[in-house]
Amino acid sequence: MWEYVLDRRGQIAYQALQHLSLVAQCVLLGSVLAVALAALVYRNPKASAAANAVSAVGLTIPSFALLGILLAPFGFGITPAVIAVTFYAALPVLRNAVVGLAGVDRSLVESARGIGMSRVATLVRIELPLAWPVVLAGIRVSTQMVMGIAAVAAYVLGPGLGSFIFSGLSRLGGANALNATLVGTIAIVLLALVLDVVLVLVGRLTTSRGIRV
Amino acid sequence: MSETTAERTGATASERRSTDREVSGVSIRLEGVTKRYPGQSTAAVDAVDLEIPAGEMVMFVGPSGCGKTTLLKMLNRLVEPTDGKIFLGDDDVTGQDPDQLRRRIGYVIQAGGLFPHMTVATNIGLVPGMLKWDKARISARVDELLDLVGLDPEVYRGRYPRELSGGQQQRVGVARALAADPPVLLMDEPFGAVDPVTRQRLQDELIRIQGELGKTIVFVTHDIDEAVKLGDRIVVFDVGARVVQYDTPEAVLAEPAEDYVADFVGAGATLKQLTLTRVGDVTLQSPLVARAGEDAADVVRRATAAGEQYVVVTDRRGRPISWPTLAELSRASTVPDTVDDKLPVVGLRSTLNDALDAMLAASQGGVVVTGRDGVAGVMVVETVMAAIQQTRGQVEG
Repeated sequence: MWEYVLDRRGQIAYQALQHLSLVAQCVLLGSVLAVALAALVYRNPKASAAANAVSAVGLTIPSFALLGILLAPFGFGITPAVIAVTFYAALPVLRNAVVGLAGVDRSLVESARGIGMSRVATLVRIELPLAWPVVLAGIRVSTQMVMGIAAVAAYVLGPGLGSFIFSGLSRLGGANALNATLVGTIAIVLLALVLDVVLVLVGRLTTSRGIRV
Repeated sequence: MSETTAERTGATASERRSTDREVSGVSIRLEGVTKRYPGQSTAAVDAVDLEIPAGEMVMFVGPSGCGKTTLLKMLNRLVEPTDGKIFLGDDDVTGQDPDQLRRRIGYVIQAGGLFPHMTVATNIGLVPGMLKWDKARISARVDELLDLVGLDPEVYRGRYPRELSGGQQQRVGVARALAADPPVLLMDEPFGAVDPVTRQRLQDELIRIQGELGKTIVFVTHDIDEAVKLGDRIVVFDVGARVVQYDTPEAVLAEPAEDYVADFVGAGATLKQLTLTRVGDVTLQSPLVARAGEDAADVVRRATAAGEQYVVVTDRRGRPISWPTLAELSRASTVPDTVDDKLPVVGLRSTLNDALDAMLAASQGGVVVTGRDGVAGVMVVETVMAAIQQTRGQVEG
């Protein structure tokens, strides 16, 4: 297996980078969308409940099935992969953002309004920073989860380490088939760990010392 | 009691406070201010007319649910009035942009309402920042305000709220409300969450700050003692924010407008007069004061000659540190410099109630009163009793 890795190190590195780039961009996009959606719904109990339901039900949709469905309108390639990965990335963040924003002490919001902050300023300067640790926890969960889902995206010829896994599985029993599958899987796990460490660091740097636990 | 004492106590606390001070506040006038919530048959606030003079501290008291907090929040339009008009000075602010309006009105809530993710300096600088002050001016203002509320800027500027005690948070909350020098300050049960000792200190500080600044302050509390101690005037509310009585603390205590007020003010109204009189308003006894390190025998001789039982011992800077009996003192060769942690001390601005509390907890049967330049005198239980009768006589007469 070591030989296999050495022989294909260029390709592995390239696919790992592609995988990382897909995950990072989709998590970023998904998080922005999720936080924006959460900001719209968190003050309305019914809308919040609906958002939570969407995020719970959405996570039960098998990624393989969703990718298959997306094939019809978008064909093979990067578009269905990005859509599916972003969708899954957004769900845990949405849930946490709704909980985080709703968990901000109402008296602080009133205090902010009471000293003359506008609705938007209160959200941006008070509520989001205070909810940030919870939102970030959602982003970490979402990143881990989406690492695996991005591998499945190789099924629709999306980029990333999933191509090793699928090509290995399709040739199971043949030369290097197991090696290919293992390399894809192990590389994904390693990437996930690295990205998690990065997110922890981001958390340290972006969370105010006043609310850090 | 001598003639001079009668004259000194003649000016009641609030009269003394409302004269000779600069006023930077503006008056507030309410005309028929009403708040109805949908689906409720009775109005939460029903057609309130009220005029609050510039530079006065007016206390809103009443049972919970009487609408006093709603009324307060209508002053800065956190609650929009259903009907009626609100004037600040001569401006009708009922139709003004609420955000602009609120930047001209300081707002303090319980525990200060500080934002935990911002430093003390950022918290205080928020309103000046929104008013587009430049950085240097904001920073200078933050230091000035921290000084005003009795916190060392060097130490506290960069701290986060959770690194402060409850009382310190409350001070920062007051500093933040004062940041852009608003003419009006609204305080919604600000001292409700701190322990009694801290609360008493914060109240004393607020009286001092108000004496310096002369803002118009509207202060909501459910604690009648707090209202009597702080207020130039008290508004007693009943359900629907009906104004039952609007008068000076002395009058609310002595002549409750209705049985309702008498019930609310509660038993022991006479004792509540204690919170109306400041320590500085009554005649204090001059004790024999000795510095730590003086010859003990000499001090004892002087005390015996003056007929004193106790000697107030001060440190080098004139601050009282202990209050021993002559017997205790004569055992030492020099006056000891030990600091008595339980020494009962109050300031000139403390109320007789505070002084009485301190006395009852101490063994000496009195308190040492400190002024600006060290020991201002001592006060014993008899002084308090005489003062009660004095105040009572004035109100009834």
